[in-house]
Amino acid sequence: MLGWFHRLGSPKMFFGMSQSWPKTFGLLSFLLLVLGTVWGLLFAPLDYQQGHSVRIMYVHVPAAAVAQSCYLFMAISGAVFLIWNIKLADWAAKSMAPIGASLAFLVLITGAIWGKPTWGTWWVWDARLTSTLVLLLLYLGIIALRNALEEKGNDGRPCAILALVGLVNLPIIKYSVDWWFTLHQPASFTLTEKPKMPPEMWIPLLIMAAGYYLFVFSVWTSRIRNEIVSRERKTAWARAWAGSP
Amino acid sequence: MKFGVMKPHRRQRLVVILFLLITVGGGVTFMLIALNENINLFYSTEQILSGAAPKNKPIKAGGMVLEGSVERSPQNLEVRFLISDMQGHSVPIIYTGILPDLFREGQGVVTEGMLEDSGNFRASRVLAKHDENYMPPEIADMLEEKHVQNKSWSEIP
Repeated sequence: MLGWFHRLGSPKMFFGMSQSWPKTFGLLSFLLLVLGTVWGLLFAPLDYQQGHSVRIMYVHVPAAAVAQSCYLFMAISGAVFLIWNIKLADWAAKSMAPIGASLAFLVLITGAIWGKPTWGTWWVWDARLTSTLVLLLLYLGIIALRNALEEKGNDGRPCAILALVGLVNLPIIKYSVDWWFTLHQPASFTLTEKPKMPPEMWIPLLIMAAGYYLFVFSVWTSRIRNEIVSRERKTAWARAWAGSP
Repeated sequence: MKFGVMKPHRRQRLVVILFLLITVGGGVTFMLIALNENINLFYSTEQILSGAAPKNKPIKAGGMVLEGSVERSPQNLEVRFLISDMQGHSVPIIYTGILPDLFREGQGVVTEGMLEDSGNFRASRVLAKHDENYMPPEIADMLEEKHVQNKSWSEIP
């Protein structure tokens, strides 16, 4: 049971295993994103109230889901690092932070662009929007903390603890629209009910979401591989891989 | 992964992390409960009618625009309408200006302005609230013809 866990935790093993991942998953995500974008932006129906601005959903909603998933991944990696002291888990968290931050930024920007024609405002301080801004600030805080401590080499623990503390924000983002009066609408998708939109809309949305997840996975593997090589550059296997004597 | 096989110092770290999550989670929960009223973006019509909302102070009020309540002034951009929580609490809104595209009867809105002593709410800004239902226009027309009250894709047989 613990065997695969330790194997996955070995930088060398992970590096060997993930050789083809960035390209394979990058290509898959590219295909899905092209399909989803063309479908969503050109062929999916308009909304009876929002008109064409509904199409921002195909960029905004997956970005929101993935930005939160990235945070969850980062916090779990941080916990694994704290408990088992697996360095690779720390590098996994480090590699994910800028990806999640970019997506959180994308959510806020696309949300503002949608909000202006739909609501009549770019921004309101409602619970959903504010907690999403907090998500972006948490990402930026964790990145800044790491940059500040990295030279001393003791950046892993404080970043993991900050990520774990910030985990409390995720349920707040998710349930903000149910707990308080917000301008943002509640979820159109729940586990228990039928989607509150027709399949012509949610199928391309689902394709976009799959494309986003694979894109993140591809970028993340490429980043963590880079991190592994740069940290292990003095080991025999890394030198052999790079072809240096 | 069984906890039994974990080394004691690792189990201890796991416990510390769980403790951290529970205390932070608990602390934030109490904080949010304490702040509950202030986190709401707007006052409901029920709160306004019951006097929970302050008068002559900039606040936000939210509700559904009642069907048939919108009156436009023939001379200027003044609009009067009622917003309601659909449970019998309605507040009159007076607004002068351009309404957002999504403003219509039966639509949720959030208005910014002041509650006057007369009980009218003088709005300086009206925001349209979008709901979670998305539909193509043809289906909306079809529902309109059938006079379906609560329009939602999931309720179409």
